This record gives sequence, structure tokens and C-alpha cells, in this order.
Amino acid sequence: MKSLGSIRRSFAPWNDPAAKPYISFRGVTKRFGDFVAVDDLSLDIYEREFFALLGASGCGKTTLLRMLAGFEEPSSGQILLDGQDLCGIPPHKRPVNMMFQSYALFPHMTVEANIAFGLKQDGMPKPDIEKRVGEMLRLVKLEQFAKRKPHQLSGGQRQRVALARSIAKRPKVLLLDEPLGALDKKLREETQFELTDLQYELGMTFVIVTHDQEEAMTMADRIAIMDKGKVLQVATPAEIYEAPNSRYVADFVGSVNMFEGKVAERSAGSMRIADAGGALTIKADNTADVANGDTVWFAIRPEKLRVSSKRPADVPNAVEGEIWDIGYVGDMTIYHVKLDDGRIVKASTVNSQRVVEDPLTWHDRAWISFAADAGVVLIR
Amino acid sequence: MGRLATAIGSRLVIAVPYLWLLIFFLVPFIIVFKISLSTTAIAMPPYTPTFGLEGGISGLVEGLKELSADNYTWLLDDPLYINAYISSLVIAAVSTLITLLVGYPIAYGMARAPTALRPVLVMLVILPFWTSFLIRVYAWIGILKPEGLLNQFLLFTGIIDSPLVILNTTTAIYIGIVYSYLPFMVLPLYATLEKMDYSLIEAAQDLGCPPLTAFWKITFPLSLPGITAGCMLVFIPAVGEFVIPDLLGGSQTLMIGKTLWNEFFSNRDWPVSSAVAIILLLILVVPIMFFQRAQANAREKGL
Repeated sequence: MKSLGSIRRSFAPWNDPAAKPYISFRGVTKRFGDFVAVDDLSLDIYEREFFALLGASGCGKTTLLRMLAGFEEPSSGQILLDGQDLCGIPPHKRPVNMMFQSYALFPHMTVEANIAFGLKQDGMPKPDIEKRVGEMLRLVKLEQFAKRKPHQLSGGQRQRVALARSIAKRPKVLLLDEPLGALDKKLREETQFELTDLQYELGMTFVIVTHDQEEAMTMADRIAIMDKGKVLQVATPAEIYEAPNSRYVADFVGSVNMFEGKVAERSAGSMRIADAGGALTIKADNTADVANGDTVWFAIRPEKLRVSSKRPADVPNAVEGEIWDIGYVGDMTIYHVKLDDGRIVKASTVNSQRVVEDPLTWHDRAWISFAADAGVVLIR
Repeated sequence: MGRLATAIGSRLVIAVPYLWLLIFFLVPFIIVFKISLSTTAIAMPPYTPTFGLEGGISGLVEGLKELSADNYTWLLDDPLYINAYISSLVIAAVSTLITLLVGYPIAYGMARAPTALRPVLVMLVILPFWTSFLIRVYAWIGILKPEGLLNQFLLFTGIIDSPLVILNTTTAIYIGIVYSYLPFMVLPLYATLEKMDYSLIEAAQDLGCPPLTAFWKITFPLSLPGITAGCMLVFIPAVGEFVIPDLLGGSQTLMIGKTLWNEFFSNRDWPVSSAVAIILLLILVVPIMFFQRAQANAREKGL
């Protein structure tokens, strides 16, 4: 995407045709009886990538992760790790480790013993184990809790023990199943940044499963949006947010206004869409491959809309309505504007100044305006 | 006023189990203990002294003076009793171990069965209780006797040439105890195994444990509370078991429950049989205390 060039990160092996994927799902299907949990899915994950599988519960993301760990075998298809086919290799022989949603800490062992468990299993010499456990404890800042049992720890501490245990063996890939799900909001936000730092420091490939879009957006290099066992879009957080490829993705990540309409007029790089409600004709910059008369959806994020009491001059798109609801959140204000045909449009304004000059209030007439490149045209 | 009534009410609620224990455990225990210190007599009841409140305080004191620990020294002098105790403990311990070995896989299988199937399996384990214990033990005579079902089957299939002698041996006692007490082992084991988080096993495997190692390092230690509970529930009643050795073990098996029965009904020696019972109780208090400590430990660990 040309317009997103400025936010592209320097780490982007997925854009390099020469880069070899580290983990490859090739046509993977997983059935549980009649239920298809993962449906002919193909996906590439690169080395050192922080990759998020995002989707509503039951979309197949956890099944995908469990197949990577070896707890489930695909019904058909291939999973490759560093060129090696993983199918048939039991979990204890795979060079991946998993951090469980429930943490799965061994209740009869101390924090120390929990972390040392995998190392002992590998037959690492005792002094080396002690050294590594010490490192891990320092890394997760739990040195003084080494001799405690899991039930003597708080939720956040347990989460860190689980993390330390899963990275103690320095696995090639760390799988994280809803790692922050059980933490409260504040701790979750802190831990998100800790995890990204840690991933960078350790140079491991992280694959995380989450249903929390904010979590995925904050931490991941790329996100795969999943629904009904299929991947709908794989892209960087910015691309997912600014250039969703389908209505589902646009709607699942963040908040969105969707205008359904028909393509009325096309020219190079731009088109006019006759809104189905008849309220406006949208001028949109887009290169979507559509013909006149095709049904399309114009998706635009609330913060891309401007709310004003008068129609601003020189805007390609504007529509009038009535202020129906105002939500003041502090850092921003959310307006619900009711168009004359009854549709509600959400718009948000960042409160960058303490004193607002143009206070709109309930039941005022207001104009909503947006630029031609502020939204995306979706064809499915 | 209301608060006072509530306070009295809650005291009463607590008092009920204590009263129950007082009336149905402590009082009989004291009576048996008193009889164990008396001497046998051809009378009704067959021991002296028998004192009551009709003799007044002085009568009571007189009676107390006549009590002696002779029955206990008698028990220690006669190797019959000591052997009976030891043999009971050995038989109980061995059969508890066999019950554990048989019961653990059953409980494990039940705990790993599909959720919908589990209540049915629990039902099947409890099902034998619907038939009288005595009848079930009698049924084993029919199976184990020389011309019984087992021997007929083995002879028919040609595995053996002549009937096995199982009935009236210690083997028959083991079979009887293991069969009768299996549910008491399976149920507590199932309870601990069923509530165990399966992701712990997955975590162990994920960290490099082959399934069998994962079992020994995770499942087994975490099921210890169930193992202790099951073993105690089998061992304690098995030590004093009377019906099974009497019906299946024949005349030569020495078990303390049978000795006690003989003393009481054949010899009509109430004082000695009371002493036997008191010693048995003391022997069993040790494992019971061990059991209670294990339970308390498990609670503390939050298992």
C-alpha cells in the first residue's frame, strides 16, 4: 500500500521474496468429528517475527497453535518448521514451547523447580540449570520468590513464572495462548510492552493467540485475522487497521462506519459510490477492481470523520445529520450522528486542546465530512 | 435478643456432631474399655465387676479397685494374638497395595473418559453396593471352590489339568478384600484425578517429558492425596475384616477380626475380646492420624 509506506517497519521479511518462511502451514485442515476447526489454511511465519493469531472464540486460532505444539495433529496438510515436517513428531520432541492460558504451573513444585523442569528433562548439567534458572528469575523479576509454590503467588507473578518456564529452554518458537487473558487491564498493558521487549532481546519467534485486538495490535509484527477456520487477512497492525480487506476484518478490528452502495462512476484511481441510503455520493480514492453498478462497501474509521456545525468548504464528501449522542472519554469525544435516513454514524475527535471552541451539543444539526482517501472500498 | 438466639442456634448446630460422637463413639468406647479391665465370669453379663450407681459412690470406688490390666498382659503373653495382629496387618497391607494397583488404572481411565460417560462409569463402580456385602462374598465361594466357576472355566479351556485350590487360602482373602474394597480405592482416586488440570500434562510434555515420565512427575505426585485416602479407606477396615477371612479364608487363617469373634462368641470371654478390640483400635489410630495429616497437608497446598 503506497499510502502506508511511512509506517512500514524496517523488519519486514514477508515483503522480501528471497526470505524463507520459518513456520509454514500448507493446506492445513483440522476436523473434530463433523466440526471443521481449521479449514484448508496456509500461512507463513518468519524467523524472529512476533506473530498474532486474532479472532473471536471458536475461530480455530487455538487449534492452530496446538497443532504447532503437537497436541493436535492436522487432519490433512503439512506444518513445516525450518523446513522440517512436524507431523507425527510428539510434543516432547518439538523445538517449540508453549505458555498456557491457564499457565499450567505444576502446583507441587516451587517456582524454581517449575522453571528448571524442562532443563532437567533435557539432562542439562546441574550448575548450568541453576545458572539458567537464576537468569530466568532475574528476567521476570521474581528472584525473591524462587522457593514459593505457585499457589503462594499473585496472578501476575504466576504469569511470569509461566513465561520464564516456557522460555527457559530457549525454544526456537514460543507459543503463547492468551498469555495476558487472566490479568487485569493495567497489568496487561504493562506486560504487553514487556513481552515485546523480551521477544526482541531473546530473538525468538513468538506466535501468540488472542481475542483481544488491542493486545495483538500493540505487540505483533503481523496479525492474522481468523474466522471459521480460515485466515481472512495477514498484515501488519497498521495495514489491518487502515486497509482491511473485508468487512469482517474492518468490523472486527476497531470501530468502523460502513456505507453500502453501488459504483456510480469510475476514473483512474478514484470512483464515485452512490450510497444505498441515498444520503450522499461518496468520492473515494481506490484502485479496487470493480465495475460500474457493483455493490461495494465504503468503510471509514470514526477518527477519520470530521464533525462540524457548518459544511466545510473544499471537502469531497459531506453529509448532514443530527447529533444523537456524545460520549466524552477524556482523551477524545465520540459523536453519534443520526443521518436523516436514520442511520447512525460514529465520529471521534481527539481533545488536543483543553478548551473546545465549537461545542456541539445534543440535537444540534451537524455536518460530517471526510477526504476521498480517508476510507477503504471493500468488495466483500 | 435475636442475636443471642442466633448465637445459641449456631452453637447447637456445632453441638450436634459432637453429641453424636459422644453418644455413639465415646460412650461405647468407655464401656468396652471398662469391660477389657474386668475379669471373666460365668454370669450375665459374663464379667465382673459390674457396677452401677445402685452401690453409691463407695460401690463405684470398690468396683474401680477390682479393675486390672491382666487381659492386656494375657494378650502379650499368648503369641496367638500377636500373630493374629501381625497377620491382619500384613494381609491388609498387601491387599491394599493390590487394590491400589488394580484401582489406579480404573480411576485413571474413568477420569480420562469423555465427560458424558463419566457419571455412568461412577455408577458402575458403585453398582455392587446394591447387593448385600455378605451375598457378594458368598458368591465368591461359588466362584473359587474346587468345583467352582473359575476352575470349571480353566479346566474347560485347558489352561490347567487339575482344579486349583484357592478357597480357604490367603489368596482367597486377598481376592475377597480387593474385590470388596475396590470402590473405596477407585472413588477417591477418581475424584483427585478428575479434577486435575490436563494442561499440566500437556505442559510437561511440551517441556520435553515423554508421556510416561509426565505421568510419574506430574500425575502421580498430584494424585497422592487420592492415593492416601483410598489406601486408608481400604487398609483400616481390612485390618479388622471378619466376614471375608471367615467365609473365604477357612479355619487356618489368622486374622484379628476372626480371633475377636471367636473370643466373644465361642469362648464368651468378653473382657479378653474387649482388650483385643482396644488394641486393634490403638493400632489403627496411627494410620488414621497419618491420613488426617496427609489430608491437612493437601488442603494447605491447595490441591
